[in-house]
Amino acid sequence: MQGHELEGQGNSLKLQEYQAKKIVALYGIPLPEGEIVATPQDARRVAARLGGKVVIKAQVPVGGRDKAGGIALVDGPDAAEAAARYILGMQIKGLVVRELLVEEAVAVAQELYLGLVVDRGSRRIVMMASAEGGVDIEEVARRAPTSLVRVSLDPFLGLRPYQIRELAAGIGLPPSLFTAFSALAQGLYDCFPASDATLVEINPLAVTQAGQLIALDAKILLDDNAFYRHPDWAALSDEHQDDPREREAREAGLSYVKLDGEIGCMVNGAGLAMATMDIIQHHGGRPANFLDIGGGARAERVAAALRIILADENVRAVLINIFGGLTRCDEVARGILSVLSEIQPRVPIIVRLVGTNEEEGQRILARANVTIAESLAGAAQKAVKAVRGVLKAGLP
Amino acid sequence: MSILVGNETRVLVQGITGREGSFHTRQMLEYGTRVVAGVTPGKDGQRVEGVPVFDTVGEAVRATGANVSAIYVPPRFAPDALYEAADAGIPLLVCITEGIPVLDMIRVCRYLEIKGVRLIGPNSPGLISPGKAKVGIMPGHIHKPGPIGVISRSGTLTYEVVWALTSRGLGQSTCIGLGGDPVIGSSFTDILSLLQEDSETEAIVLIGEIGGKDEERAAAYIRARMSKPVVAFIAGLTAPPEKRMGHAGAIISGGQGSAQEKIAALKEASVHIAAHPEEIPDLLKS
Repeated sequence: MQGHELEGQGNSLKLQEYQAKKIVALYGIPLPEGEIVATPQDARRVAARLGGKVVIKAQVPVGGRDKAGGIALVDGPDAAEAAARYILGMQIKGLVVRELLVEEAVAVAQELYLGLVVDRGSRRIVMMASAEGGVDIEEVARRAPTSLVRVSLDPFLGLRPYQIRELAAGIGLPPSLFTAFSALAQGLYDCFPASDATLVEINPLAVTQAGQLIALDAKILLDDNAFYRHPDWAALSDEHQDDPREREAREAGLSYVKLDGEIGCMVNGAGLAMATMDIIQHHGGRPANFLDIGGGARAERVAAALRIILADENVRAVLINIFGGLTRCDEVARGILSVLSEIQPRVPIIVRLVGTNEEEGQRILARANVTIAESLAGAAQKAVKAVRGVLKAGLP
Repeated sequence: MSILVGNETRVLVQGITGREGSFHTRQMLEYGTRVVAGVTPGKDGQRVEGVPVFDTVGEAVRATGANVSAIYVPPRFAPDALYEAADAGIPLLVCITEGIPVLDMIRVCRYLEIKGVRLIGPNSPGLISPGKAKVGIMPGHIHKPGPIGVISRSGTLTYEVVWALTSRGLGQSTCIGLGGDPVIGSSFTDILSLLQEDSETEAIVLIGEIGGKDEERAAAYIRARMSKPVVAFIAGLTAPPEKRMGHAGAIISGGQGSAQEKIAALKEASVHIAAHPEEIPDLLKS
């Protein structure tokens, strides 16, 4: 974002809309009345209770729900039930809709934006407001950067009243709404550090036709690293929303991201893992994944990593690149060997070991069915060549 | 010369009795670093690898004159360790700890800024002036004294680059890992200004990665202020958007922080970009 780097998705747990709304409600943020449901029958019941028009919203923690057909404005219990039946089970960006938020419909006069986020560059929390709410705020920042007003918060002072006045003035807020806006901004700020959030966003923040402020949507990202002081977070994470292989990797202490190439990678260290992916591409191949085994990995963790890579059907070759420091090459070699003794890999494995106990590692692998490479570039070239060989031979 | 650490460095290790702290104390001593004290609350009077342990940083500093603190304290206690070291008057803190909540680091960074204390990290491998002092967890033997300054956001990728330099006869003045977290104490620009002033440093290698805009700020600084040649490598050309690549700070978010943008900004500042780590020595020699 213009002049700011917003730490959004970083090390974060992304909440569902209804979970985020539950949290901001504790800080006095006004919300439409509503209820979370999991069946069409319950959607009907809630719509009947609320009366009039209702909004049915798919609960998946991704943007673009409206575009995907996951949000419906309907009139009455029959229509609510039908809409719920249609949306439940729908897939939005690969996530299955299992829950719906049924809320009273609000007559909107204007849509604003109000949010707080960690700004990496200034190492501060910034609060941002815009009179152009209801759309992706990054898009607003690109298209009309001056319409986005920001104030930077000193961690020892928090949000000062003058900063709220600056935001209100910056977005041309009518004076009649200032008291409500001020309370809302203060509440949102109080919520941020208390929740260990990295992002809290109300978008849109609606001005109703009756002249009131109400939060139509809420987004919260929580800092994974603060998990230890929020035991209640365990109930918030939704296992359905994870890629099963990524979850398996996390449980094994690995950092894994699935990509769509054909060369599986295992590396120690995140930066080196990215550099290894890049050099594969530089030599004409495509990485099948990012995988960091972390520092000081033992043989068991290495074996788990190799199993996860080999389980990916797109993988046509594996490149293992280890620069031993904390990580010992002999442990890595033992991990590789233990997997090769249980399964016959269907693809070639290229290994480059440098650093701590390098000779011992190579000695262990001497009898194994792997290709040893000396340099990183050499390893990448061998992997790319191996993929071409596999494809030519018409193997699976 | 070298920067930040050298022959005058007297290291205090916070968390010295822990597994990481004691292991790396031994490694630092073996490298020839003067580790003069350790701190672990409740362990006063013990010794680790011959180094005296104190209950508080204040006592340790008064007794030993430590002037750099290396912090190997678990994430939930690390902010307090950083405040304690700053209040005890230590001017340079090196935080190895990974996993400190970002809001804690925002407060710590602001406090250190007010106090005038420099922080490297957190989530950093530390820093080394080859042949003089090593403060951190990097393998010492891959380094060699020389004229190249190295700044990086990574750990093992830095070792890879350093090894490529050493193997080709290019030694280093000081190598610094800034840390892989989104909120860190020192930026590329902070360190570039020190390397520009350092009489021993003739050229600089900058190793960046996706996420944030620190490389772009470095590019602007290089263009305006640096006369020494800079060679850069940026990791993550193949990283997909909105996915965290291991490091908490390594993510392309909201359409920004991509390797392409960083490379373009650095190229505009006449920085030579290496396609892969092993190409860096060639670019330095050319």
